[in-house]
Amino acid sequence: MATITEPTRSTATTRQRQPGKLRKNEISLTANIVLNVIFLIAVALILIPFFLLVTVSLTDNDTLVQEGYRFIPSLWSTEAYSFLFQSPRLVRDAYMVTIIVTVVGTFGHVLLGALVGYSLTKTKMPGHTFFTVFVFFTMLFNGGLVSTYIINTQFLGFRNAFRGLILPLMFNVWHVLILRTYFATAIPASIEESAKIDGANDLRIFFQIVVPLSKPVLATIGLFAALIYWNDWFQSLLYITEPRMYSLQFVMLQTLRQIEMMQRLLTMGAPGDVIDRLRDLPQESVRFAMVVVSIGPIIFAYPFFQRYFVKGVTIGALKG
Amino acid sequence: MSQADQTVTVEHSVSDKADTLRTGTSLRARLFQYRYIYLMLLPGVLFLLVMNYLPMFGALIAFKEIDYALGIIGSPWVGLRNFEFLFATRDAWVAIRNTLSYNAVFIVTGPIVAVALSIMLNELRNKRGAKVYQTLLIMPHFISFVVVSYLVFAFLATSTGYMNTRILPMFGIERVRWYLEPARWPVILFLVNGWKSWGFGTVIYLASMAGFDPQLYEAATIDGASRWAQIWKITIPLLLPMIMLLFILSLGRIFNADFGLFFQVPRAAGPLIPTTQVLDTFVYRALISLGDIGMSSAAAFLQSVVGFVTILSVNLIVRRLKPEWSIF
Repeated sequence: MATITEPTRSTATTRQRQPGKLRKNEISLTANIVLNVIFLIAVALILIPFFLLVTVSLTDNDTLVQEGYRFIPSLWSTEAYSFLFQSPRLVRDAYMVTIIVTVVGTFGHVLLGALVGYSLTKTKMPGHTFFTVFVFFTMLFNGGLVSTYIINTQFLGFRNAFRGLILPLMFNVWHVLILRTYFATAIPASIEESAKIDGANDLRIFFQIVVPLSKPVLATIGLFAALIYWNDWFQSLLYITEPRMYSLQFVMLQTLRQIEMMQRLLTMGAPGDVIDRLRDLPQESVRFAMVVVSIGPIIFAYPFFQRYFVKGVTIGALKG
Repeated sequence: MSQADQTVTVEHSVSDKADTLRTGTSLRARLFQYRYIYLMLLPGVLFLLVMNYLPMFGALIAFKEIDYALGIIGSPWVGLRNFEFLFATRDAWVAIRNTLSYNAVFIVTGPIVAVALSIMLNELRNKRGAKVYQTLLIMPHFISFVVVSYLVFAFLATSTGYMNTRILPMFGIERVRWYLEPARWPVILFLVNGWKSWGFGTVIYLASMAGFDPQLYEAATIDGASRWAQIWKITIPLLLPMIMLLFILSLGRIFNADFGLFFQVPRAAGPLIPTTQVLDTFVYRALISLGDIGMSSAAAFLQSVVGFVTILSVNLIVRRLKPEWSIF
């Protein structure tokens, strides 16, 4: 694994392009306008579905069923959100599960990745090549879903347990690669050396010197990990059967499947008491409101973490 | 430490900087010096052993007939029988065909669109605009496929979806029952996949471009090269190693598909299976819904092994042709 174990490229510094001295080295004004139009269309295509999502969640439920999903509904309503904030049991439990999994998982993910990433910077350590291959081999080959599932449910007790939601996502080879590159290139050697002279052991050097100096990259990986945990529904699909342990994404996943059935019951008729019960709850708008609330934290944190995200990708792209 | 060792240390950017102070020469002494590093490696190694390496050996259940009464180890070996059963079903062939077709399209179109978008972004004269576009383009990467499936549903729901209630009537087209008509889904899934992943690819290539030497472009300008010529003669050749790296890695996943895209977005609708069933959903359905360990483990084994063999052989070929493009 030549490029993976020993990145030797020296283009470490990111340089800004300077304007050419002889003549302006730029595309023409017309070309620039055309490109901007293309990107405006692309951005609109990305944003429009989100707008529809938000307006549906703010539409009166009966109106939704009658006139369909619209960008400008004839009757607005915040009923769905007030229903959500009364936090019915299922929704409250789902939030708790998702928050616990995200917090614990992110911490474990960053700690595990940083420990492995740092250890792999010790190129003189006996067994360095073995351990590097040991870690990166998992990127090329895996046991497949069935074997993983059977081992996790039969021997490791993943069913309806937090470990089933946390452990499968705790290790990511790309993140280890980014961390290792950062530790190897951004931490000045002299600092580690002088700590060594002062008698600090490797554990102390790592936790008291390397970690505090690596806050940017740890924050980046932390954000990646938090997103992975927050957005996960697949582990729930595999291991969770108890409603108490449903995560937010999993509740949303299940309710989407039932929406059309509800619509059919309401429009085509069903026994009176069923209709009454269905009408009691602002069903459909609530589901969409839940989706909006589930992406809320991501959208709010977005301007903050997308900068870190690009930085993380840059580290990976330049030196991976 | 010998002179040669020190030269190596200087050459490598990933090098053991604090190592100059470790003076022992015998293996035992060196093992002892690194005792804390081994301690720090231990959690990761144990984790990978249990979570990744154990299932690799567990994949051999594809050659067994699992009987829970006998235990997994005690269950009898049955040779290739599970694979015979697998290939005797039409479903498996449909899943394989779909997986390979979708991947072929995604692997070719993905990089083309992403490279094109990243070059366009890079060329924009309004740099702040480029930043804003980039920020918004990667947004879909951060939301889950469950959310995406809601977004798609808002457009495609039969009686309330925006397509059926607003867009199609504008053109005088009859309603389409999207979740019942499999023929529509290759295009839908292609678009949804693009919507979700192209922006991310763009940012990867853009990040790669940030590291290019500006002097190359300056020299080209002095020689009278147009922007267009610079893109073809400088930017794209410099991007090629990155394109190849991602290409080889994606070939290694030729037998895998995004479960979220093919299971969540079509809402796991039965009528859509002919065009939305891929190996991942096939394995999941065989395992969870049918409880058929034999067939699902055979399919999962195939996924792992074919992916592995593909990536090894592609890498070997690339290494023959152009060593600096190979990944190991």
